[in-house]
Amino acid sequence: MLRLEKRPVPSKAWTIATPLLAVLATMVAGGILFAILGKDPVEAIRTIFWDPLFSEQFAAYSRPQLLVKAGPLILIAIGLSFGFRAGIWNIGAEGQYIMGAIAGGAVGLAFYPTAGWYIFPLMVVAGAAGGWAWAMIPAILRTRFNTNEILVSLLLVYVAEHILSAMSFGLLRNPEGHGFPGSRNFKEYDSVSNTELIANSGMHWGVVAAFIAVIFAYVIMTRHILGYQITLAGQSPRAAKFGGVNPNRLIVLCLGASGVLAGLAGVFEVTGPAGQLTTDFNQGYGFTAIIVAFLGRLHPVGILLAGLLMALTYIGGDLAQLMMGLPKPAIQAFQGMLLFFLLALDVLTNFRIRFKKSEAA
Amino acid sequence: MTEKLLTIDGLTKAYPGVVANDKVSFGIDAGEVHALLGENGAGKSTLVKMIYGLVRPDAGNMTLMGNAFSPPEPRVARAAGVAMVFQHFSLFEALTVAENITLGMENPPKHRELSARITKVSHDYGLPLDPERLVGELSAGERQRVEIIRCLLQDPKLLIMDEPTSVLTPQEVEVLFHTLRQLSSEGTAILYISHKLDEIRDICDSATVLRHGVVVDTCNPREKSARELAEMMVGSALHEPLRDAQAFGDVVLELKGLSVPSATQFGTSLKSVNMTVRAGEILGIGGVAGNGQDELLAAMSGETPSADTTVTFDGNGIGTLGPNERRALGILAAPEERLGHAAAPDMSLTENALLTAAFRENLVKNGFVDWASTRTFAKRVIKEFDVRTPGTRTAARALSGGNLQKFVIGREVLQTPRVLVVNQPTWGVDASAAAQIRQSLMDLAASGAAVVVISQDLDELMEVSDNFCALNEGHLTRPHPAKGLTVEEIGLMLGGMEEQEAANA
Amino acid sequence: MDLSAINPVLLVASLMIAATPILLAAIGELVVERAGVLNLGVEGMMIIGAICGFAIAVETGSPLVGFVGAAFAGAALSLLFAFLTQIMLANQVASGLALTLFGLGLSALIGQGYAGQKPPPTPRLDLPVLSDMPVLGQVLFSHDPMVYFAIAMIAATWAVLKYSRVGLILRAVGENHDAAHALGYKVVRIRILAIMFGGACAGLGGAYLSLIRVPQWTEGMTAGAGWIALAIVVFASWKPWRVMLGAYLFGGVTVLQFNLQAAGVSIPVQYLSMAPYVITILVLVIMSSSKSRAALNAPAALGRIFHATH
Repeated sequence: MLRLEKRPVPSKAWTIATPLLAVLATMVAGGILFAILGKDPVEAIRTIFWDPLFSEQFAAYSRPQLLVKAGPLILIAIGLSFGFRAGIWNIGAEGQYIMGAIAGGAVGLAFYPTAGWYIFPLMVVAGAAGGWAWAMIPAILRTRFNTNEILVSLLLVYVAEHILSAMSFGLLRNPEGHGFPGSRNFKEYDSVSNTELIANSGMHWGVVAAFIAVIFAYVIMTRHILGYQITLAGQSPRAAKFGGVNPNRLIVLCLGASGVLAGLAGVFEVTGPAGQLTTDFNQGYGFTAIIVAFLGRLHPVGILLAGLLMALTYIGGDLAQLMMGLPKPAIQAFQGMLLFFLLALDVLTNFRIRFKKSEAA
Repeated sequence: MTEKLLTIDGLTKAYPGVVANDKVSFGIDAGEVHALLGENGAGKSTLVKMIYGLVRPDAGNMTLMGNAFSPPEPRVARAAGVAMVFQHFSLFEALTVAENITLGMENPPKHRELSARITKVSHDYGLPLDPERLVGELSAGERQRVEIIRCLLQDPKLLIMDEPTSVLTPQEVEVLFHTLRQLSSEGTAILYISHKLDEIRDICDSATVLRHGVVVDTCNPREKSARELAEMMVGSALHEPLRDAQAFGDVVLELKGLSVPSATQFGTSLKSVNMTVRAGEILGIGGVAGNGQDELLAAMSGETPSADTTVTFDGNGIGTLGPNERRALGILAAPEERLGHAAAPDMSLTENALLTAAFRENLVKNGFVDWASTRTFAKRVIKEFDVRTPGTRTAARALSGGNLQKFVIGREVLQTPRVLVVNQPTWGVDASAAAQIRQSLMDLAASGAAVVVISQDLDELMEVSDNFCALNEGHLTRPHPAKGLTVEEIGLMLGGMEEQEAANA
Repeated sequence: MDLSAINPVLLVASLMIAATPILLAAIGELVVERAGVLNLGVEGMMIIGAICGFAIAVETGSPLVGFVGAAFAGAALSLLFAFLTQIMLANQVASGLALTLFGLGLSALIGQGYAGQKPPPTPRLDLPVLSDMPVLGQVLFSHDPMVYFAIAMIAATWAVLKYSRVGLILRAVGENHDAAHALGYKVVRIRILAIMFGGACAGLGGAYLSLIRVPQWTEGMTAGAGWIALAIVVFASWKPWRVMLGAYLFGGVTVLQFNLQAAGVSIPVQYLSMAPYVITILVLVIMSSSKSRAALNAPAALGRIFHATH
């Protein structure tokens, strides 16, 4: 019989190995899923993980896309990782991301068609503020009324989606858009367009922000007392209180940080890759970022790598859809599976598995 | 010779890295009160868990009433007539007494019938209980009654009691002993686990002494002195801490009319607590578990803020200050719960050193942690308090209870506090480490600090304190000089009688 | 706008329909949480129930078989959660989220061929006398059987938790798993069964959406119903009859909002549609801020990981 035995100290080796194992296991299970769908599993896995980077035919287009998709994922996941480490579960990043995009986008549209260098920075600030404000709702409800932040932040995603829909049908609709929903195209408005910084690299301001966030988070987590307090509060709330950590302050800080970063991701996305505010510009990055945060072990460098990998599954999934007719939802199920395997294998970090003769459990 | 009720022969159980029981053998007669004596970690708990079917032995046999006995689970042990009262009660606070008892029975009768039986049995044995009350509302002593009644309703042949008196006042202990004698005269055997030697000499007919998982001796405890038993248990001569008489300085910390409502549903509120402690003084605060000890420590450490003037330090109101602000003044604390309160279980000793020493030891500069200095401080604690650990990277939960407690106390003492508040400083700590911890508290007071020791161990309090108060349901009694207090007087204080007498006068 | 177009009889009748999916999912989650487990995967189990129930009903032509299939599908998905949290000791919050994300993806995958199809109709109850009563007959006695099944589930759950030994053991496990283990109860086994019951109920709730309430299959059609069910369990302070109250209140808000839309109230549709979510949040705030005992009624071991050390 299989028995779990708690390790005296969490295993460092397994901390690094489990995400890799989880990716491998997901490839195997995903391959089986694809085989059931009648696709050649080896070809599907190759199309998803290899072709976007190395196939002569597609790499030129796909490689830049890697950064384009990884940027918002990393940015949002870094924000989430603070809260997740502290045991504060903001799972409504999607809503904060949408509200950031709306707030930032609205500021830009308000200036239309004025030209000026200051407009884009203003939009970025507004986007951060929008995401922050949306995250403050669960934060304040939690600190003032002890309301569960998981449910509130999640329910607010649906509210944000309806606001987005109201905006793209109403207030922010392109007056020259022939009645179609959606805002003006930011790409055609030079002062606000978030274009590629280096040609064919996919690098835009959002990706730059993501890299800065990674470095910033790394310093906070390893060197700053705040990072220590966040980890402490997550592992042992009572010890944290004894150590003088104010739990409410931490809730406001962590939710605020994830709101700001999600809002930034929103404004960079809408002015760059998406180009306009539409009812479905958001692509669910706010939810996928949860997987990225866990896959990256809530560690900044891990999140950077996990974000790139998850971006690859998006691009590879599109490619597989195009080349093999693999249905789009298959990739979503594939990403969900990855989180499953990660959580299941995580047990190895904290426990030893022993095989033993029957023991009264 | 009559056949033994239970015979244990060569029971062995090993866990990774430690042999908890090594070929343990002894026997119990019907109606016998048999003590199982040993220090923390001697293997007493493992042994009774094997008898009760919670743990399966690696080797050895048991015989109960002539039949081979190897219970795969507690259900089987209970069916065979073995019942157990745990040290940490396995009770459900949000359920009623009757529901709790039903859960522990194999074939429970209908609710109404059960309630009637609970009322009857509890009166027959002098342990009255209301079957419809929520267990969360009961005192520790009453909770123990629930456990005992649960066992008695099944007519056990053998009743195992794990440290039953640790949660009782001396008067409640008398009631319990009366019940146990009554049971024993009716033919129920009792396996009595304790490290309190006077108790064992008082009630037990025979004793098996365990040390490091091995049976050292089986004897009649009434024929041995407490000192002989203690040396059998520890395996060496005891070192008794010594304390010079002290002159006290000014009042350092004072509580005035401090009332704190309970934070949790089943917690205890502090009711108008008054307390002073002077430089160089050790104030001992006794009390049965759950009478407001945690709350009192939290009010002093700053975890629970209160009105400004209810807590004063050097005459200045500090009630609203948080833990770190109080640490800056020199008020340090070591809570009872080592893992999860005084220390974060999964964090390394270095990180745990930072937990309380961050600001007083200047380990944080401009918000950034100076990990090198933190490690140096952690190493100092480890060295000066003889903490047995592979190094500063070890996680707190990997340390034994005694070693972690030495680390926690050392971490506070080395920050040269002006006031140190400790709760249960030696709970679950082996005798030599306990002596060491007590000595360090006394040395700290001798160097001029004010020390508040909250403890449920009266022997410990009598040993270290200059003055003694008792906590009862959130009330704190007036202090009495510890020298010359009788057990009788202490019992009355713990039971809250003193206050009532004062009120009647 | 013409508020007189809103017919109160129809309103009450339709709120019972609107509430049923959430009622089913919430009563299942209530049992799971009373056993001390927080499964945030309700949304995922509901949508899997929605598509599996729909697909099976379409293929077999029988809504009943569809519902049974949905219950099995929900329970099967919940087993993944049970494996992660009870065997592999994974974090319950993260595992529940994983279940939702995976369920949404998998349901979309299964549902590829089913968009735009019509499911076989579920017959309504036609009780002689009762259904023919004026007003009451229409409000209370002419629904499909699942509406009554859901109410029966509430009653049954209440009775089992309050009066039966199984219910007592379940509550004990949710209150203090270590004590329950010490008494020899199989904590993990009991919790896995509770989780599967929760999954089956969520699956039924999802199938009710796709087979009766909407009735058709669209991707992501649960639209947060699972999360609202979770909120309703908190609102109900873990008491079965209050789950029913919460679900019907929510149903009322949803139906009223539709009626207002239909009556042409001069508020953009989107703002009306967000009303159920906003009101759920408000109710959560009110419930959690009151320091009454009801608010403290949460099972003490909720969300805590159980690992038997011996």
